[in-house]
Amino acid sequence: MAIHTRTPSIFRPQTPVDQSVLTETRKLVDCINRRGLLRGAVSLGALTMLTGCDVSEIDPVQKALRAVSAWNDGLQEAIFRKHHLAPTFSPSQVAKPPRFNAYYPIEDVTPVDGATWTLELAGRIEDKQPWTAQRLYDLPEQEIIIRHVCVEGWDYIGQWSGPNLRDFLQRVGADLTAKYVYFICADDYTESIDMPTTVHPQTILATKYAGQIIGDPFGYPLRLRTATKLGYKNAKWIKAIEVTNDFRDTYWSERGFNWYAGI
Amino acid sequence: MAKPTNASLARTTSCLHPLPIRIIHWINAIAIFIMIGSGWKIYNDDIIFSLLRFPDGIVIGKWAQYGLQWHFFGMWIFVLNGLAYLCYGIATGRFRRKLFPISVREVFVTIAEALRLRLRHDDLTHYNAVQKVLYLGIIMVGILIVISGLALWKPVQFSELANLFGSFQNIRLVHFFCMSAIVIFIVVHVTLALLVPKSLVAMLTGGPAIDDEATGGARIVPGIETMR
Repeated sequence: MAIHTRTPSIFRPQTPVDQSVLTETRKLVDCINRRGLLRGAVSLGALTMLTGCDVSEIDPVQKALRAVSAWNDGLQEAIFRKHHLAPTFSPSQVAKPPRFNAYYPIEDVTPVDGATWTLELAGRIEDKQPWTAQRLYDLPEQEIIIRHVCVEGWDYIGQWSGPNLRDFLQRVGADLTAKYVYFICADDYTESIDMPTTVHPQTILATKYAGQIIGDPFGYPLRLRTATKLGYKNAKWIKAIEVTNDFRDTYWSERGFNWYAGI
Repeated sequence: MAKPTNASLARTTSCLHPLPIRIIHWINAIAIFIMIGSGWKIYNDDIIFSLLRFPDGIVIGKWAQYGLQWHFFGMWIFVLNGLAYLCYGIATGRFRRKLFPISVREVFVTIAEALRLRLRHDDLTHYNAVQKVLYLGIIMVGILIVISGLALWKPVQFSELANLFGSFQNIRLVHFFCMSAIVIFIVVHVTLALLVPKSLVAMLTGGPAIDDEATGGARIVPGIETMR
């Protein structure tokens, strides 16, 4: 049996889009519709309802599973090594372009207009003046060549650069004793990370990939890149950053994925 | 040597599968079921072999997140129960008595007997050399699947461990092959248990009484005949 390979195309990123997460989200939406019994009653959807029963969906079961997931968050926090650096790699190992992933296919990416875009700041931050892309580019840059690990199982080596998140937050007078940093994205995606991850030396606000300004599908103009979290924690197209003590569920944690998602 | 009184006490209280072993065995069966079913769901999200995708009907969890939730729940049962088993097996000397010594010559003799369908299985209390190798092997696989699972879960926090595998995808492969070994083991194990039903009964009732004092696990009660 051959190791699974994908067909390359000149119009797409070298590694084609993995749409399984997107497909699943679509099905999820469909499933919610079915609960209205409108489609199911008149279509094959009825059949899916008969066979698609999943014990994980039963309320108490789902509650219990999420409680274990929350307990696992605590354990992951406890074993997090603040000063331990993730393995880094050489520029020759870098995948170009990076692999696309979002909760929708690459065709549906709405590019952010960098000229009018600003980064809003909120919460426990002293200087909440918005940042333009140019001001961010003028900040000292840190480059990290790290492994991106997707919860689905794939990985690639990426070369990211931009201001260090801890340095940036110190510059704007953020309260680094707060618990969470919350990211709101142009595509209504939300993500949040814990403070130890925020101040980890390999956590940056990336503006460039392999020395070039990040392309539209990969988070232009600003995205998070942290070496210690799964791919989905690395918010793209960031439009606002909030430092807060309040825990709020994020796009994927609302849908049952593990919130901490440390690697 | 133990005094006769102690020995007779042991004889009256000891059976082939003491209660802790039976509890651990069936908890393990449930844990393995959860881990493999949810693991297949997780595998399907990014398949390793182009020809292999597990049908939706045999995976646990309709959505990826459910598969992950079950896997990271089941791991606790599998690991804690497995640790209890290892501690019990070492502390009571069960591993030493049941799984050792392994004679290489006996392994070949047993395989030959099995191929000629002349395998003796009237004595449940004594594991033949092939059984010893398989049971020891599956314990090792169980340990390796946990180690590779840890490396998959925390390739950065446990980067020293993860680096031993070479690459992240190698860890997935090792984890996958351990699962495959366990699946093959289960097929053989369950088939043989059904062919020799008294072995299945023994895992529920405890089975024939044995003499713990004897290193070879020699039986003192000819209970086999009455169990048939």
